[in-house]
Amino acid sequence: MENKNKVLLKVENVGLSINDKSLVKGVSFEVKQSEIVTLIGPNGSGKSTTAKIALGIYKNIDGKVKTYTDKIGYVPQKISIDWTLPIRVLDFMSLTENLTQDQINNALNLTGVEHLKDKSLSNLSGGEFQRVLIARAISKQPELLVLDEPVQGVDFKGEIALYELIKKITEKMKCGILLISHDLHVVMSATDFVICLNGHVCCSGTPQKVIKDNKYKELFGDRASNILSLYEHKHDHTHSQDGTIDRK
Amino acid sequence: MLDDFFIRALIAGIGIALITGPLGCFVIWRRLSFFAGTLAHSALLGVTMALVFELNIAFSVFLISAVLAIFLLQLQTKTNLPNDALLGLLAHSSLAIGLVIIGFLTTIRFDVMGLLFGDILAVNQNDLLLIWGSGIFILIILKFIWKPLFASTINYDLAKAEGMKPDRYNAIFTILMAAIIAISIKIVGLLLITGMLIIPAALARNISNNPIQMVFLSTIGGLLSILIGLFLSLEFNTASGPSIITAALILFCFSLIKFKKYSELKK
Repeated sequence: MENKNKVLLKVENVGLSINDKSLVKGVSFEVKQSEIVTLIGPNGSGKSTTAKIALGIYKNIDGKVKTYTDKIGYVPQKISIDWTLPIRVLDFMSLTENLTQDQINNALNLTGVEHLKDKSLSNLSGGEFQRVLIARAISKQPELLVLDEPVQGVDFKGEIALYELIKKITEKMKCGILLISHDLHVVMSATDFVICLNGHVCCSGTPQKVIKDNKYKELFGDRASNILSLYEHKHDHTHSQDGTIDRK
Repeated sequence: MLDDFFIRALIAGIGIALITGPLGCFVIWRRLSFFAGTLAHSALLGVTMALVFELNIAFSVFLISAVLAIFLLQLQTKTNLPNDALLGLLAHSSLAIGLVIIGFLTTIRFDVMGLLFGDILAVNQNDLLLIWGSGIFILIILKFIWKPLFASTINYDLAKAEGMKPDRYNAIFTILMAAIIAISIKIVGLLLITGMLIIPAALARNISNNPIQMVFLSTIGGLLSILIGLFLSLEFNTASGPSIITAALILFCFSLIKFKKYSELKK
């Protein structure tokens, strides 16, 4: 069934060194339509770097990157808007694409921040800003979404809601998602494929497989392996409908 | 009362203000105030080059500014010195080289003061043609590249990831900067052109809440500065370039007062 889906992004053995220091090397993966691929790893393990390589932001990379779509939505890890630049949420939404009012409203509505439309971007809280960033990325109906820690600074309840939204988007818009996160417990349940990074690929596969991998345990500690079961437990109580993780 | 030269000065000034308004916004958004100053300083070298090789002054200034901008990009990749240090290095060394070369040009009578502070009242019809011709050209290009340039001003990575080609548009913007400095050096002079780029945009920031509005208000601010400055210089017989910048500064102070009241109202 998976084979039917179009490949959107293909990364082959890529790496990046700056001043002879290797930031990340030997990473290969694919993102297909309607699929969520997650990069996890400790701080400084090269997650964001890998995403930026995949997006063509760096110039002198090793390996090969192929993108099969130009409809890309990106939520960067960090973005700071200078006070000198007055910009409202509304202006920010159509930054790279001309959108209709309806498209803007719908996207903001999905992430729950429609009421902030006329507010100045520099007046938003961290969590509000993340929601606007996600709304902007999905508003242009991308085929490929790259989300770098998309829910940082969002409260716990909102975090789960946003991950559910992301999952819904993949299904509805049939887009592929490359997700970077360290919220293991939430991410693992929604992901089709996990790549565990630490300067190189430590292990990769389905969440269930990765979690049992010894290298994963070494990297995150034994407790991290319980996260999936913890989540499943919680999940049982809240949404018992979901069958993807339940059979472990 | 309005002499011919004065009308020409007005037309020239209005042309300059129409370009510096929008460009100035990008200058302060991208924190390029010092970069603009560096380009302006290098203009002196451009002028002396024009005298040595008998080139058109505006063309020579444009060329030197563009070369300097490229040189800066090269320097950035070769050393880890911070940007402001590199800009300072380039600004003052190009100014110094320009002045040294002037020393050799004993046969040519040369008005350094006019160059530093401009002489809008000496504008002739060719100058007007140059200002309006290239001015309209600059504005059309700016309108054309607005979206990708604005996106890369907000965030380089985001613009690059979503296919906006920020490197290309940053380069085009640099060329536009070199062009505006080249055509306006005669009007406000090389020491004051940076003021014309920054002050109207800065006052616009104080009273605007979105980018388009800021560009609009910055242009209005520039136009008012030109008008007030020129009339004052005629009235009190002061130097025109400095009068224009002084007028801009006064407008800036007004924008501060208004801004304060507005935020107090909100509280």
